[in-house]
Amino acid sequence: MARIVAGVTSSHVPAIGAAIDNHRTSEPYWQRVFEGFERSKEWIAKVKPDVCIVVYNDHASAFSVEMIPTFALGTAAEFPIADEGWGPRPVPVVKGHPQLAAHIAQSVILDEFDLTLCNKMEVDHGLTVPLNLMFGTPKEWPCPVIPLAVNVVMFPPPTGNRCFNLGRAIKKAVESYPEDLKVVVFGTGGMSHQISGQRAGLINSKFDHAFLDNLTRNPQKLVRMDHLEYMREAGAEGVEMVMWLIMRGALEDKVDEVYRFYTVPASNTAVGHIILENRSKGGRKAAARKPAAKSRKSAPKLKRAAARQKIQRIRS
Amino acid sequence: MPAKQMPDKDYDDIPGTYVFDADRSRRGYHLNMFCMSLMKAENRKAFKDDESGYLDRNFPLLTREQREAILKRQYNRLLELGGNIYFTAKLGATDGHAFQHLAAVMTGSTQQDYADMMLRGGRNVDGNRSRTGRDILAKSKSAKPKSAKGKASSKGKKRRG
Repeated sequence: MARIVAGVTSSHVPAIGAAIDNHRTSEPYWQRVFEGFERSKEWIAKVKPDVCIVVYNDHASAFSVEMIPTFALGTAAEFPIADEGWGPRPVPVVKGHPQLAAHIAQSVILDEFDLTLCNKMEVDHGLTVPLNLMFGTPKEWPCPVIPLAVNVVMFPPPTGNRCFNLGRAIKKAVESYPEDLKVVVFGTGGMSHQISGQRAGLINSKFDHAFLDNLTRNPQKLVRMDHLEYMREAGAEGVEMVMWLIMRGALEDKVDEVYRFYTVPASNTAVGHIILENRSKGGRKAAARKPAAKSRKSAPKLKRAAARQKIQRIRS
Repeated sequence: MPAKQMPDKDYDDIPGTYVFDADRSRRGYHLNMFCMSLMKAENRKAFKDDESGYLDRNFPLLTREQREAILKRQYNRLLELGGNIYFTAKLGATDGHAFQHLAAVMTGSTQQDYADMMLRGGRNVDGNRSRTGRDILAKSKSAKPKSAKGKASSKGKKRRG
């Protein structure tokens, strides 16, 4: 039986992709960002997922304003890299898992989530940057990927509640797939940022830290948050964090936070990254457990202070 | 404007923000499709060679205001007229600008000042939540009492220095 073992959130800032493609990752500005994913690469190399489901949004690449599907699942055997206006990123073609994707589609549609299915779809930095952050720059991606594109470009995106419940339905679908597969779910985008209008450049670290805390321990609190609060507090484009709730919904209620990283800025954005493992079914332990994770039971304030210290350390 | 028929949009209370909603998506359709056309190198060249001619030939349904905002590179105005930032960014890229150049233009600052602000941790949300102070009345737990209105405008001006 297939099972979801863990969830990952990751930024998908295009400038991170450009830094990789132009070999600028060792510059101090970018080093600060990439350093934060070193442990994560070790972690995922140990977990060795058989399939990753990557929840992301397209940025006017595969979808424009002609068709705006709210949830679009990639059921193709492979997904070419989109040309976003300066040539396709020099990353491997993304191989899909059509059988599992079709199974998920059938299961969640009958669970009343009316997905759009894509048998042909190009993928842009929204999907490939998180793969780079977690897997580095291999010749081939180490496992098949099922893309789940969510509309967060045109308002309104789906609600956090809808996203969380879709995650629940995906969990059920994966767990009813007969083949023995280890699945990791990625929620991408975020954290606080606004890239449009006079308010561009907005960052709200306090909101972000609270969001990360709640993502691990109290996702129901996030599920109730409305779009207005996301946009007010975390920026007009920060609303894309609803995508993280699909990942969280696909996990068990109680999870272990094995790693967290937060830094400001990457280009115009706060970068937030977290790894959550399911507790049951032999969810593997401790590949990248950090000392910070030990204080899980301490007051959130202390934890946030620790996280801030970590950022300071990384900045300096 | 059909203001009398249409309900208020609560997000219009967020300062300095043009939410790309279904209404703007409808009004901005040709504007955004123009931006999409710039994904192709030959179109970028054709546009740069003769901007007005390119718009006339390929996007005759643009409104006069949209057309003017494109030609004058008025990035906030483009958002107001139904452009979406992920699309209008393609216009900036066609001019050879990094995204932070556009961000700086939209915020009325220089690219260096904008980049420095980001390095200092970005624009503070305090004073930038609401045009009217309505957020204080909202039940949002994270909203804090403050003089939102005054602060927002003074901050906006400061950045423009």
